[in-house]
Amino acid sequence: MAEISLHGVTKTFGKTEVIHPTDVTIDDGEFVVMVGPSGCGKSTLLRMIAGLETTTSGEVRIAGKRVNEVEPKDRNIAMVFQNYALYPHMSVYDNMAYGLKIRKLAKDDIEKRVQRAAKILELGPYLQRKPRELSGGQRQRVAMGRAIVREPAAFLFDEPLSNLDAKLRVQMRLEIQKLHRELRTTSVYVTHDQVEAMTLANRMIVINAGVVEQIGAPLEVYDNPASLFVAGFIGSPSMNFMPGRRAGDGVDVGEGLVIPLPPEARAGAREQVTVGVRPEHFVAGAGGGGPVFRLHVDTVESLGADSLLHAGFNGTLLVVRIEGHSTPKAGTALDVSILPGKAYFFDTATGKRLSA
Amino acid sequence: MAMEKRVVFKSAWLPYVLLLPQLTITALFFFWPAAQAVYFSFQLQDAFGMTSQFVWFQNYVDLFKDSHYVSSFKVTAFFSVMVATCGILISLMLATMADSVVRGALAYKTFLIWPYAVAPAIAGVLWAFIFAPSIGIVTYFLKQFGIDWNWIINSEQAMLLVVIASVWKQISYNFLFFLAGLQSIPKSLIEAAAIDGAGPFRRFWTIVFPLLSPTTFFLLVMNIIYSFFDTFGVIDATTQGGPGDATKILVYKVYYDGVKAADLGGSSAQSVILMAIVITLTVIQFRYIERRVQY
Amino acid sequence: MVENRPYRDFFAHAVLITGVLLVAFPLWVTFVASTLTFDQIVTVPMPLWPGDHFFENYKQVLTAGSEKGSSAPVGTMLVNSLIMALSIAIGKISISILSAFAIVYFRFPGRSFFFWSVFVTLMLPVEVRIIPTFKVAADLGILDSHVGLAMPLIASATATFLFRQFFMTIPDELAEAARIDGAGPIRFFIDVVLPLSKTHMAALFVILFIYGWNQYLWPLLITASESMYTVVIGIKRMIAGGDASNEWHLIMATAMLALMPPALVVVLMQKWFVKGLVETEK
Repeated sequence: MAEISLHGVTKTFGKTEVIHPTDVTIDDGEFVVMVGPSGCGKSTLLRMIAGLETTTSGEVRIAGKRVNEVEPKDRNIAMVFQNYALYPHMSVYDNMAYGLKIRKLAKDDIEKRVQRAAKILELGPYLQRKPRELSGGQRQRVAMGRAIVREPAAFLFDEPLSNLDAKLRVQMRLEIQKLHRELRTTSVYVTHDQVEAMTLANRMIVINAGVVEQIGAPLEVYDNPASLFVAGFIGSPSMNFMPGRRAGDGVDVGEGLVIPLPPEARAGAREQVTVGVRPEHFVAGAGGGGPVFRLHVDTVESLGADSLLHAGFNGTLLVVRIEGHSTPKAGTALDVSILPGKAYFFDTATGKRLSA
Repeated sequence: MAMEKRVVFKSAWLPYVLLLPQLTITALFFFWPAAQAVYFSFQLQDAFGMTSQFVWFQNYVDLFKDSHYVSSFKVTAFFSVMVATCGILISLMLATMADSVVRGALAYKTFLIWPYAVAPAIAGVLWAFIFAPSIGIVTYFLKQFGIDWNWIINSEQAMLLVVIASVWKQISYNFLFFLAGLQSIPKSLIEAAAIDGAGPFRRFWTIVFPLLSPTTFFLLVMNIIYSFFDTFGVIDATTQGGPGDATKILVYKVYYDGVKAADLGGSSAQSVILMAIVITLTVIQFRYIERRVQY
Repeated sequence: MVENRPYRDFFAHAVLITGVLLVAFPLWVTFVASTLTFDQIVTVPMPLWPGDHFFENYKQVLTAGSEKGSSAPVGTMLVNSLIMALSIAIGKISISILSAFAIVYFRFPGRSFFFWSVFVTLMLPVEVRIIPTFKVAADLGILDSHVGLAMPLIASATATFLFRQFFMTIPDELAEAARIDGAGPIRFFIDVVLPLSKTHMAALFVILFIYGWNQYLWPLLITASESMYTVVIGIKRMIAGGDASNEWHLIMATAMLALMPPALVVVLMQKWFVKGLVETEK
């Protein structure tokens, strides 16, 4: 078990800097998820921790020791790949045992470790099979088993569930959680799926275009997004954004509606302000206090427990989540207001949260 | 060519050790001889090979003044066009049929591909035997139709014989590539055309054939290369270039002048010209493949 | 099928059967001739049904060669052909897989130079550099030997390209997983790359075996003694006189012996053969 830390780490391919200077510390035993859209550099960061990618500058430390020059095999880490990277010609047992054989562990020790991992992952009956004879979920487990038997200081997961179907993904997510509860091994997990990030992480690192936008516990990030990007990326359906203009102590979002700025946000607010509201933070009628929005309902998606309304306001389409059985019809008008304190204000130019 | 591995191993010496065997053989048996051929092509040796002198392009000039060489060019051109065209047409026909039948496709395939395994020289012997002027079985049948067949003295018949033997051996190669090409055309495309009202012939010319054109082009180049070089065995086992120079293709002349007539300079100059032809063909081939990949 | 028209199906079968028969005709005549006596063959027209001299003719050529032409036993020639074909196939596969591994999995100074130097050999068939190559073989003292038969034909750009192409399709993650598991390049090659390359090696083997077996010009130049003849050369040496004086019954038996091994390889290993052919050339 070990702490992992990045100090001013950057990565440059040719002339483009794909990772801007990054400082992160992952505590011993913590489960950290790096989340961001594809191409944001999250996998590159993970691969730099693994040693599969060199760092252009800065320092990677595992358990306090600088590992920049250390080969992947000597970093005491194990990795689970998106496509599993199982050796196709080896049995499940040999796939798990391969790394241990190379490390010249005693035969009975290897046997013990593999059997234990197989038991945890319920792979017992499949040990003599080849990867191609397994289902996607089983292969995924073998890939994890290969990591577990090594008893490494840290697990690195690179989008491990992306190749599974939706149902299996939910199930494996729970298993990974359970596994981490049992083993308490430091884990770094990369995904583009914010649901995975929310459900798995102790802390998540939201990355965009090579820059760490925010680090924090899932709910903390959800409740207090630091930027337009984070606000839009975390949460499903996404936060609604309305372009607005500063008008005294409020923001004019059109149709004569002015949303008051909280006092701590006033100082930083310039001319252009974007107002963000999550779909679940609208209430029907004037119950939220503050200005009332008259929306024109365009489309209704009934999900059962609740419904999503896609409704126009001043030229933008807003998404509103309301209780499932009192849904207005498409084509009608609907008045909504924002729950107190649930409007978010961002500087349109920089994308930074005001007051945050 | 642009594809690269993301993952590489680091070693200062291992890659060189791994490459050593291939490089040694390539240098010894490819580059050195090729360079020698170029070098010899600028030399004139006396009849006993005792002395030699540097003569610049004299060997090349002599070659193109030599009516035998010019005629060998013409013979080669005719021969390769015949082999490529006949081979491609027959194979395309067979492959289209094999692709269309539901039953027996595998059996037909098996019975059509085995001539690939026959050495060109053996193919030559087989056909020379059944076409043998005095005892050949086909010669006998031809005689029943009033055709007098003797390739040993008749130039056209000699050419026909080597073309037949060469095409026969090459059909299986073309057939396999056409069949693979046909099978890679999505059936839905043909079905869509059929629904649009296109009959079988129309479908073939407007859909199947255009989609096969990369395969056809590839085979055209491969067949030309085949008829330039691999058919040496066919010719040596049958006509030996005769009668006269009627079937003396370029590669046979290189061999004949170099080995039998011991004209090192002239033969080397011919080698160099042949190399230039192969290189051109290969470059055309790769240019074409590259362009296809881009689209 | 898009349409169900019986007469089209019938036409297709008719064309295919004609094709198969025309293609097989020379083989049939050859086989029949190899079972007849000399006198039966030169009596025009020769019979088109096998005679009863099968064992006699084959025994004669295998052990004693022909009577008037070369008297080298075809048995020895078959062994020479086999040695040559196997050395070329195994040699090419070995050196190609090593160099492809180096080119794909390493970055080193001169890499693209080596790559292109292998690539250029595509453009130099044996036939065009035959005489200087002969001189090299003479200088190395490998004329008229098994080494001389096989070695100059071992370098091959196509096999190297095939392996390179295949290695490019091995997922990067496999090498990364191996690196994390602690495997170095040699281990990775032996434990992962070689086992994964099995089917490609089999496919190449079929193609290269046929290539080696069927070599003609090179063995023709480099062999001097009859004990070094390959069967393809041997048959040529049997054709000595005019067409009625050749011992066609023996020549045809030898031809059958020369073409059967590669033909059997093609037919019995059809799957590998097709794969090898289509993949090496494209």
